Amino acid sequence: MTTTDTTPVTRPSVQRKPKRKWTYYILPVYTWAVLFYLCLPIFVMILFGFNDTKGRYNITFQGFTLKWYKELFAIDGLTNALVNSLTIAVIVTVVSVVIGGALGLALGRYRFRGKGAVSLVVFAQIATPELVLGTSLLSLFLTLNVPRGYFTILLAHIMFCIPFVAVTVQARVAGLDGSLKEAALDLGATPAVAFRKVTLPMIMPGILAGALLSFALSIDDFVTTSFNAGQTVTFPLWVYGASRLGIPAQVNVMGTLIFLFGLVLAAYSILAGRRKKD
Amino acid sequence: MSGAAVDDDVKVGALRQRFGRLTGYWLALPGGLWLAIFFVIPMIYLLSLSLMTGNFIDGFTQKFHVSTYWHTISLYHDQFIRSIIYAVIVTLLTILLAYPMAYWIAMRGGRNKSTYLLIILLPFFVSFVIRTLQWQFILADNGFVLGTLKDLHLVGSDFHLLATPIAVVCGLTYNYLPFMVLPLYVSIERLDPRLMEAANDLYASKLQALLRVVLPLTVPGIFAGVLMTFVPVASDFVNAQLLGGAKTTMIGNVIYTLYLTNNDYAAASALSFTLMGALLIGIFAYARALGTKDVMEAAAL
Repeated sequence: MTTTDTTPVTRPSVQRKPKRKWTYYILPVYTWAVLFYLCLPIFVMILFGFNDTKGRYNITFQGFTLKWYKELFAIDGLTNALVNSLTIAVIVTVVSVVIGGALGLALGRYRFRGKGAVSLVVFAQIATPELVLGTSLLSLFLTLNVPRGYFTILLAHIMFCIPFVAVTVQARVAGLDGSLKEAALDLGATPAVAFRKVTLPMIMPGILAGALLSFALSIDDFVTTSFNAGQTVTFPLWVYGASRLGIPAQVNVMGTLIFLFGLVLAAYSILAGRRKKD
Repeated sequence: MSGAAVDDDVKVGALRQRFGRLTGYWLALPGGLWLAIFFVIPMIYLLSLSLMTGNFIDGFTQKFHVSTYWHTISLYHDQFIRSIIYAVIVTLLTILLAYPMAYWIAMRGGRNKSTYLLIILLPFFVSFVIRTLQWQFILADNGFVLGTLKDLHLVGSDFHLLATPIAVVCGLTYNYLPFMVLPLYVSIERLDPRLMEAANDLYASKLQALLRVVLPLTVPGIFAGVLMTFVPVASDFVNAQLLGGAKTTMIGNVIYTLYLTNNDYAAASALSFTLMGALLIGIFAYARALGTKDVMEAAAL
């Protein structure tokens, strides 16, 4: 980090660079140390995806290899779990973006009876610990004898994604000028066209953020899923179950690939946001 | 324009108005219903299940016995208290770790602010379970941290971190740190830098400016951060399961075992409901102590 010193130079000191007090560096060094701490497990995960271990145990680094990338789908249970997680995340993202986006739009722009109650429920759901979300849903399914599996995971994930989408879209709508839509209506656009051509593009950043958040929340969820999965296994559930026997290196590889995918998406959205601003 | 066309326009306008009044309902209906059916109603079922008696084999009957509560709480009060203690320690640790960092990024981050924020969010691109497992691996008895320390004879050869409260608190602090940094960052970023200049002009030392200007103005951020860490930490069971041992069991582990291994649904739901109630009371007491205005601001964050 180089910052230009703006203090006026009183005497010409050509050789000596302006020196900062050492205390100036405490906070940046500290910040980078904490950032390193936050990323340490990611480095370890990526590194041990390249570890040349013999068996299932992946404990000490024994040399560089790409074999786990070749044998990525060698463990059937793990592959199935990953496919489950990915398909669930896609379905959950689509459904919760539509339902949650509509809810966010309603909360941000329209007046209706019970709006306060709905906002309260949205807020309460976000504040409720996942453990309670999972156990209460399990109580419902147990009492009504609903068999737990893929479908109940979908229901649960959509439930905890809706409020997050609603809140991001609502925040976006609240900052918008409502008169633009009225102008479109006055100029003869039907409500559907006005929505598609005016409202939707304006709330798009909120919807995209909500979609990213839903996908991340769904693919990563362990707590709520573990209570409502029945015999269905998702990626986090498989990893958790395997942790007692030792984690195969394929888990690190899949984790690395998911990580890179998320990183690319996030970088893309940041860059897209920057380009819009310019 | 002919009279008929004007009539049509008026009709369309009236229709649009009527439709417009209902739009809010139509938009809110699916989401509202979904949350009602899968969030609000399950809470009632949780309560009703906790008031049942019986067991998995004979079936459960609705008895409205409150005794399950007294019984399970007296059985598991150790784990309850431990969860609260861990949550308090972890929350304080995350504030101490996060505040200087959030402050520096917000005040001196310059044009790299979004890059720093992205780095803080990086862990979220890795599954929660995998991240915690990496800590199990990093803190292992012969892992590269303890292994190196032991080779250097800085710690005894029988020293270990896994299965101790330290490992669990470390894992929890790690996993919930970003939830503290982000709200703190948002509230510090919104501060007007001129306020600090004014404090300096009025002869406040840097420390005084921090304690009497910056800190009070960022209370909503601290409040939001505490909500976002304390509640999930108190109910976490993954860290205690993967990093802890028999003596670090938290209430979440008990609930998990009772539901999924012992099938003791009544006791498990009684414990969940108690946890929920305790956290709610805590949140309200805390909100009361801070004042409602700050709470609304925190909610707005």
